[in-house]
Amino acid sequence: MNARPLLPLLLLLLAAPAPAQEPGPSGFAGLGAAAEGFAIPERGHDLRFPEDHGPHPLFRIEWWYLTANLEGPDGTPHGVQWTLFRTALRPTGLPEDQVWMGHAAVTRPGAHRAAERLALGGTGQAGVVAEPFAAWIDEWRLEGDLDGPGGATVTAQGPDWAYDLRLLATGPVVLQGDRGYSVKSPEGQASHYYSLPFLAAEGTLLLPEGEVAVTGTAWIDREWSSQPLSPDQTGWDWFSLSFETGEKMMGFRLNARDGSRFTAATWIAPDGTPTPFPDGAFDAEPLGWTEVAGRRVPTRWRVTLPERGLDATVAAVEPAAWMPLSVPYWEGPVTVEGSHRGRGYLEMTGY
Amino acid sequence: MTRAALLALLSHWRRRPLQLLTLLGGLALATALWSGVQAINAEARASYASASEALGGGRLSRLAAAAGGPVTEGEWVALRRAGWLASPVIEGRLGGPEGVRLLGLDPLTAPPGAGPLAVAPDAGLAAFLSPGGALAGRAEVLARLPPTGATLIEAPDAPPGTVLTDTRTARRLLGTDGFSHLLLSPDQPLRRPPLEDVAPTLRLDAPDETADPAALAGSFHLNLTAFALLSFAVGLFIVHGAVGLAFEGRRATVRTLRALGLPARRLALLMAAELAALALLAGTLGLALGWLVAAALLPDVAGTLRGLYGAEVAGTLAFRPLWAASGLGMALLGTALASASAFRRLATEPLLGGATRRGGALWAARRARAQGAAGALLLLVAGALLFWGRGLALGFGGLAALMVGGALLLPLLLDGALRLGERLARGPLARWAWADARAELPGLSLALMALLLAMAANVGVSTMVASFRDTFRGFLDQRLAAELYVAAATEAEAARLLAALPEGVRALPIASVPRPLAGLPGTVGMMRDDPTFRDNWRFLAALPDPWDRLARGEGLLVNEQLSRRAGLSPGDALEVAPGLVLPILGIYGDYGNARAQAILSEDLFRTLFPDTPPLSFGLRIPPGETDAVAERLLAAGADPARLVDQAALKALSLGIFERTFAVTAALNALTLGVAGFALLMSLLTLAGMRLPQLAPVWALGTRRAVLGGLELARAAGFAALTALLALPLGLALAWVLLAIVNVEAFGWRLPLRLFPADWARLGALAVLAALLAALWPALRLARTPPARLLRVFADER
Repeated sequence: MNARPLLPLLLLLLAAPAPAQEPGPSGFAGLGAAAEGFAIPERGHDLRFPEDHGPHPLFRIEWWYLTANLEGPDGTPHGVQWTLFRTALRPTGLPEDQVWMGHAAVTRPGAHRAAERLALGGTGQAGVVAEPFAAWIDEWRLEGDLDGPGGATVTAQGPDWAYDLRLLATGPVVLQGDRGYSVKSPEGQASHYYSLPFLAAEGTLLLPEGEVAVTGTAWIDREWSSQPLSPDQTGWDWFSLSFETGEKMMGFRLNARDGSRFTAATWIAPDGTPTPFPDGAFDAEPLGWTEVAGRRVPTRWRVTLPERGLDATVAAVEPAAWMPLSVPYWEGPVTVEGSHRGRGYLEMTGY
Repeated sequence: MTRAALLALLSHWRRRPLQLLTLLGGLALATALWSGVQAINAEARASYASASEALGGGRLSRLAAAAGGPVTEGEWVALRRAGWLASPVIEGRLGGPEGVRLLGLDPLTAPPGAGPLAVAPDAGLAAFLSPGGALAGRAEVLARLPPTGATLIEAPDAPPGTVLTDTRTARRLLGTDGFSHLLLSPDQPLRRPPLEDVAPTLRLDAPDETADPAALAGSFHLNLTAFALLSFAVGLFIVHGAVGLAFEGRRATVRTLRALGLPARRLALLMAAELAALALLAGTLGLALGWLVAAALLPDVAGTLRGLYGAEVAGTLAFRPLWAASGLGMALLGTALASASAFRRLATEPLLGGATRRGGALWAARRARAQGAAGALLLLVAGALLFWGRGLALGFGGLAALMVGGALLLPLLLDGALRLGERLARGPLARWAWADARAELPGLSLALMALLLAMAANVGVSTMVASFRDTFRGFLDQRLAAELYVAAATEAEAARLLAALPEGVRALPIASVPRPLAGLPGTVGMMRDDPTFRDNWRFLAALPDPWDRLARGEGLLVNEQLSRRAGLSPGDALEVAPGLVLPILGIYGDYGNARAQAILSEDLFRTLFPDTPPLSFGLRIPPGETDAVAERLLAAGADPARLVDQAALKALSLGIFERTFAVTAALNALTLGVAGFALLMSLLTLAGMRLPQLAPVWALGTRRAVLGGLELARAAGFAALTALLALPLGLALAWVLLAIVNVEAFGWRLPLRLFPADWARLGALAVLAALLAALWPALRLARTPPARLLRVFADER
């Protein structure tokens, strides 16, 4: 679950003193109070496609989150991120009450480049439609047939880089948690959450170092909620890993101010069958730290899920994959060694 | 012991209130002038900074509807979705044409540093995106707003006279649908389709760099700062004199304290602490005075800068802590500088010696010679710095050396003049008067140096400002020679407008393309061969027949900035297009522009840059027909906003300089006032000491009124002589400001013009100031009771 990206958006909107007519934030997250008037995720609610690929404006926050692990012709690992966040200013469901934020990045060993776009809804500058699927902000686009044979494309660019990828689904949509209902804290905060972890990707990266033809895999996360976090949760470490066995795992660790943590994981069989694991089954411990942008960030991890015999080391391809945006965080491709071999993406906030 | 010593030292001021007054007054006045000018500059700079930040100023490229009118939301979104990072701006007025300027920007896409969040970062995005919206502005502007239903956010950094908001609120309040224009972010993404493929009806306006008035405003600030520094120096001379007198007067106290066992080190510390406290007191007083000076002058300066820069400067001062700190710092630093020599004497001279120094004419002469030598040396240093030095700091350094050197030479020169007068004088009283003046000179020399500096600053700055005005007027005549200027959006429109022109009107095409010139960012422009240019343009340097050769395409013209920065002279070759190298035929002055520029003949320009057809035209119109031509152009569809009447433009520009003059004149008067004060204090101090010299003259039968009259005449004479000597120094100062400081700062040199009538008036003012300063001491002398004069002889026994 990409709880992390939530943070920049929330801070952007709520960190500053709110005027009298807006409810003030409660505690750091401001999430409990902010849910007033917004829809709340319900356990047992069935997700339907393609409708749920589209926006849910009665929920406060939502995102379309793509990460891709790619290889150049010489085998050099590259990573690509494409994210669109939606935040509702008011529970009206109106397009003009939505704020959109795009984050995009491209990473290779020794270089990480990121850019950000913002837009107010209602003008057409940014938005998402479910059928035919298109998500966009400015000229950044993720569009096409996400889960069918038609294939999709994704593109984004910054001042000195750009990428264009074609995506093709090689497996089914995977519902996270309890059939798409993903619990995020012991108090029961939750979100609707599904993934498209089976995507083949190929395309071109335009980098200052030159043009790179790449192939690899991509993973899309979709999540929406109104109060997904407990007020005392300060940071996230989120892993999406694809193993050479064809199996995949999504696991996250939510860190609370008092040092306690809440973890959850979904083990995904090669045919896409998910097995959710409750709090405590999955764990992740930092092994090595990197100083980046004046902060210490763990960029080598030991991840374990004893029920599946997982005990592996996750290491960043580029330890300085820092996103220096409205609110900064770390996001980049990783490699997996140990009981399982593979690759994936790591996202960390709160450092 | 320390306490007793401090009390003993302080008691001096109680016994000599005049010295205390001189010290505090001099320092306060110096600080007032310095901090007043700084306050004005700081206010003006803060005003443009906020204006240009909020607007993106002239620094960002813009997209506007080519045919005039608003840019639609659809066009903007199409641009964004094609990868053009453009952000909409809505401009309008709330509450009628005289109301508050409303500026709406999209807080989410505005370029970095622009938009409502840039001036009201604490308000937060949520405030601007709330249903009622929010307006951010200065308190006095918010107070003028009609009811809007929006949250009001006080933002002291907002541009004057303007409220900022988001585009949605701006649309609601102004009742408009489209955007005034779009700002382009300086950092555009890697790939963008051409503008004409995305928004063919929009026009790209590059930031206006060809006539950047900010450079002129910068020049104005720089000159004000130089002037303030000189005023401060004048004040320091006063302080130096007062501190010297105080140390001299406390010689006995110091000796006693030392004899009682107070260590020299602690004594020096005590005296330094005492001076620092006095400096802080005077500095605070000076800040208050400076505030008043600034408040009085600011409306004029604001007017000047509004005209120069086009941006509004708030007419009211805001208190800036940094300003106060720098003012106090200057007061402390100045006091330290002015008292350094006194402290050195305290530390080095033998405790018991030197008691007779002030009376010793020999000592005075030696000091004058030593000062003169130092002055001559400083003048040499100044010459060397100005001749070989590079850079603004060295320019200012040379300026300082020049002024101080000139001041130090003054006593020697005055002494020479007096010696000459003494030799030529007939009659015992006249000879005595000359000799007495020479004897008085050492006591007055510091005040006279202050007067010299004040006058030189006056001559220098007014010469510079007047030269600037003259040059600028000539430049405007040269540049705005055509009666009317019109710009079209497209070639078709240009052709239609040209067809609408009546017989007898000549249209001079204007076009330019940005191009690096000799490695510098610059523009290449075109010029039609026309008498307008041949008659009005003046070259700073040129080859023979520049116009004919330019018309034949045998060369080009470059502006002074390019010639100076690239070290190019007439005859040198310059590459204007790939593979095309042409000789420079002439160099023209280009004031108000910091960039390199080259001009080609019309034919050559059209051949080289066929994609840049001229869309603007200067129109030469027979006398009296300007209005009729303007009407015909409007009828043919010319955009009224792009039709400019030259006379109005010129009047506006010249109005600016009238206001500049008002500010300069006010500062001149203040500086002279400071120098007059110094003179008054010196004369008052001397009056008491000189009784032993005057008593014998009185006893020999000279009436007190005659003695008083002689005092007045002597003061006037000193002032006149000083004024005469100040003239060359002032002209040197003006030359340095125009030919060195301006060149270093802005890349152009202003020709020096001479205004003798101004000098005569200034000389008369200086004499008048001296007479006023001498009036009271002279009157006191004329009314001294005979008994006091007699007592001189009784005491002498």
